[in-house]
Amino acid sequence: MQNALDPHAAIVTEASGGAATLLTTADGQPLARALARSSARARRRAFLLVAPLLLFVVVTFVIPIGQMLHRSMYNAGFADNMPQVSAWFQENPAGTPIDEAAWGALAADLQLAAGNRTIGIVGTRINYDVPGTRSLFTSTGRKARDGFPPPYRDSLIEADAKWDNPTLWRAMRSASSAYTANFYLSSLDRTRDDDGKITTVPERQQVYVMLFKRTLWLSLAITGMTFLLGFPIAHLLATLPMRKSNLLMILVLLPFWTSLLVRTTAWMVLLQQQGVLNDIFVWLGVVGPDGRLQMIYNRTGTIIAMTHILLPFMILPLYSVMRTINPSYVRAARSLGATSWTAFRRVYFPQTLPGLGAGALLVFILAVGYYITPALVGGSTGQLISNMIAMHMTETLNWSMAAALAALLLGGVLVLYWVYDRLVGIDNLKLG
Amino acid sequence: MALPTYASPLERIWHWTYIALCVAIFTFLIAPILVVIPLSFNAEPYFTFTAKMRSFDPDGYSLRWYDTLLTFGMARPDAPRDAAWWADVWANARWINAAKNSVIIGIFSTILATVLGTLAALGLSRPEMPFRRMIMAMLISPMIVPIIITATGMFFFYSSACVDSTTTLGRWLAPVLSNNGCLANTYLGVILAHATLGIPFVIITVTATLIGFDQSLNRAASSLGANPRRVFFKVTMPLILPGVISGALFAFVTSFDEVVAVLFIAGPDQQTIPRQMWNGIREQISPAILAVATLLVVFSILLLTTVELLRRRSERLRGLSPA
Amino acid sequence: MLKPLTLTAALLSTPAFAADTPLTVVSWGGDFAAMQDAALARPFAEATGQAVRFLDTDDPAGLVKTQVEAGNVVVDVASVGQGAAMRLCAEGDVEPLDPAALLPAADGTAAAADFMPGTLGDCFVPTDIYSTVIAYDRQALETAPRSAADFFDLDRFPGRRALGRTPQFTLELALIADGVPAAQVYELLATEAGVERALARLDGIRDQIVWWDAGAQPIQLLADREVVMAHAYNGRVYKAAEVDGLPLAILWDAQLYEVEGWVIPKGAPQPQRARDFVAYSTSAEAQLRSAAILPYGPPRLSAQALLENPGADGRTTLAPHLPTAPENMANALFVAPEFWADHETQLRERFTAWLGQD
Repeated sequence: MQNALDPHAAIVTEASGGAATLLTTADGQPLARALARSSARARRRAFLLVAPLLLFVVVTFVIPIGQMLHRSMYNAGFADNMPQVSAWFQENPAGTPIDEAAWGALAADLQLAAGNRTIGIVGTRINYDVPGTRSLFTSTGRKARDGFPPPYRDSLIEADAKWDNPTLWRAMRSASSAYTANFYLSSLDRTRDDDGKITTVPERQQVYVMLFKRTLWLSLAITGMTFLLGFPIAHLLATLPMRKSNLLMILVLLPFWTSLLVRTTAWMVLLQQQGVLNDIFVWLGVVGPDGRLQMIYNRTGTIIAMTHILLPFMILPLYSVMRTINPSYVRAARSLGATSWTAFRRVYFPQTLPGLGAGALLVFILAVGYYITPALVGGSTGQLISNMIAMHMTETLNWSMAAALAALLLGGVLVLYWVYDRLVGIDNLKLG
Repeated sequence: MALPTYASPLERIWHWTYIALCVAIFTFLIAPILVVIPLSFNAEPYFTFTAKMRSFDPDGYSLRWYDTLLTFGMARPDAPRDAAWWADVWANARWINAAKNSVIIGIFSTILATVLGTLAALGLSRPEMPFRRMIMAMLISPMIVPIIITATGMFFFYSSACVDSTTTLGRWLAPVLSNNGCLANTYLGVILAHATLGIPFVIITVTATLIGFDQSLNRAASSLGANPRRVFFKVTMPLILPGVISGALFAFVTSFDEVVAVLFIAGPDQQTIPRQMWNGIREQISPAILAVATLLVVFSILLLTTVELLRRRSERLRGLSPA
Repeated sequence: MLKPLTLTAALLSTPAFAADTPLTVVSWGGDFAAMQDAALARPFAEATGQAVRFLDTDDPAGLVKTQVEAGNVVVDVASVGQGAAMRLCAEGDVEPLDPAALLPAADGTAAAADFMPGTLGDCFVPTDIYSTVIAYDRQALETAPRSAADFFDLDRFPGRRALGRTPQFTLELALIADGVPAAQVYELLATEAGVERALARLDGIRDQIVWWDAGAQPIQLLADREVVMAHAYNGRVYKAAEVDGLPLAILWDAQLYEVEGWVIPKGAPQPQRARDFVAYSTSAEAQLRSAAILPYGPPRLSAQALLENPGADGRTTLAPHLPTAPENMANALFVAPEFWADHETQLRERFTAWLGQD
């Protein structure tokens, strides 16, 4: 039975089927149906092999990331803890004058939130949209323990005059719905002005666009550096006899297999002001004892350490392409009168482009998402967007903001990944 | 790389410049890794070669930083070094505990990643696999997605992935979950996370082995009457084994070197070597960190050797290179 | 199926389920955590048999908040500053603590009256008073700096400086160095102009600043001669200078002193044992034990009386090194907890934006 459904068995039957008008298998089924069934079965079998892993990756990877990205547009910090005023916003469309009912709802909610110890959460949520208002909530909350007497508008404004601020009410209205695009606006250094129009934040407070740009530029610089350093090495390895190149390859693979933290530590040891490299420079007289170079805890440190860490990802694909280039093309070009430079530029280099593209894309993709190395050697000018995401996760605890930045970064990386798949093909990803 | 005899003087100069350049780049690649080794034997708490070290005075060198790897975190480090002292090391020394955790997490996540990854690679290498390209892209993506995004996603997910401990399932799973029944701060959580991160490496290496794999060998075995299980273990497995093992080693190294996910999802019981190093580097990088680094470099040399031997064996088996 | 699962479970089971679960205390690491371990945790373990283990972080309050809001709390007790404690308390992230459960002073005075006025909080029990001070390398600088302004004077005091990567302490220092009297610092910092003024002052030395995250780093940077001056915790400077013999000195001008103490996160795994530890480790004796190791002032009046009493038990030599010593208080600023409870989020975002700019 098993063999009957095997497509190869079917083909045998077809060949011996002779003069029958309808081709059938040995047990008399129409061949087309048997083939379709057997190929469906083969597909199912192949899929069943992949299914456990697919399920695993969906559960441990795809769902968690999707869930996190959901936070970039969902924040219920206000809506959950200020129910009455949120309800008022629901019932009354934007533009409705703030009436005493609204003030009463606000006063009741403030008392409730102060009692539940959630006033800080509410203040923090509004503070994201109107900086400087967190203290308004917490300080009013301290006064709200026993409730406010009516008329509520006057009591609240007496507690703090800042309550009479249309911008604040607009922010509360927008926060009363848990879904918001404001975190994406903030990630692009944009905000809403008093009329609700999108504007850029004051120049002194802009940071994210610049960080995205810096991440791009540093990643490009690192990709460029890995190309400049990786190309000669890959070429050397590809042109040497196998025995020698295998030996030298170890020098490329050893860093590849060495712990990232070990390599980063090593660069800290080398690049410090009192470190090995500066000692050598002073000893050689390149710099004076007081002129020790500042090569770490800044952008230079990030570039040097990341170039070192990502270099093997450039060398390996370049090498595997260069190995396949037939040296007789260059020789032919030379014998036809090309200078060695022209032969290299016009004949050799174009043939290395597939490897170069694969290496450069991979290095760039890995570089834009780097976190550990910039955190340790980057100082404040060598930090990348990943470090900002980490900071929002663990320090400011603005998780929605972290998620919005992560969504933008992830979008960029996935586009690059798609390009990589189109140009290089994931099947051609090789390790070592 | 030999220079042709007809090379012009300019080309000769260029050739030697090129060789010098390559030497410089190899130095750049390897020197940082080698420089930590002598410095880890520094007798002084500095990261630079002291005068005594430069003159090869034995007093300039010591094993004190290796000793702190044992004593750091011990209850009674100054006690006489008898069996009780070693028991104290085994139970309390922070680096030893970190090493134990790293090995436990590494082994379990490697097994998980290798089994699932190998099966999937077998499926993916069949020409009839539906949505092959898309699924492959998804399975490789843990390697591509920035680790900070993966780690924060897992952080939230594991905090909410809880089982009520009063249910039957909750009672069953209680030993592997945290005391409030969640995945966060558990070994299982870290193992699952590391398995996810190791899977792309297994898929890539095993798929690469299967590209050179001659499917007619399987058919031959089947036609000779072997059942599918026998075909797999007697024919397929021995041939793809080198790829599976090197994929497993990659997965192990990924777990062994991973710090960001551990930072976000591990609890105080799951401190690993990279986590301990991360703390050490940010606090005060004493040469004790360099002692750990040296041990890790030795470890990676061993791994690299294994992988290289496997790769050559695999190429020979598949007839890709002369024996 | 049962067998492998049980085996795996046995291999993976965490000690968290054993009866002798240690109490998890999160603190700032380095000398400070070592002091707390020696003076508070080990005596507690000997007295009660309850082991205590320490987790190190750069930001215990952030860790507590993260764990509480994500719903997986492993920390039983955390060491945080008073401002952070107030904020955590207002957001319901920590448990209320009853002062009546604390130990009375030796003469029977209730704990609520024994702590310095204004230091006990609804959710907070003080352990010590520490200070962030300017420490400098006596060998690297030809003349000793005399005021906070010297920290910002690159002409007279060339070399790099280390500052904590937080708005707290850094902005205060910048304003005092800019000539703002200590009493007006927080009034000014509550305004945009005040923040701008502080950041502008920092801009002046920006490319000479090395930022640190962990309290041990500024000392390490000074020891490695990567910087000539650093903003650092007084106890750690004391330890490096007096115990380890490094050529460091403290400039007490513009010292920023704050009350440090315990909070218990909401949902702590062992809340009752955590309360026992908090009570035990905030007694006058415990505070004197810790002050004998690192010169952080005891917040209990009864302990302060013992410290100032000459010849009490040989610990008096630490007195001149305490932030609360009269001669160190000339231009001191008390780090206002309400201000930081209310403004921390916003100033941190603002500070981060400034840090990230080119």
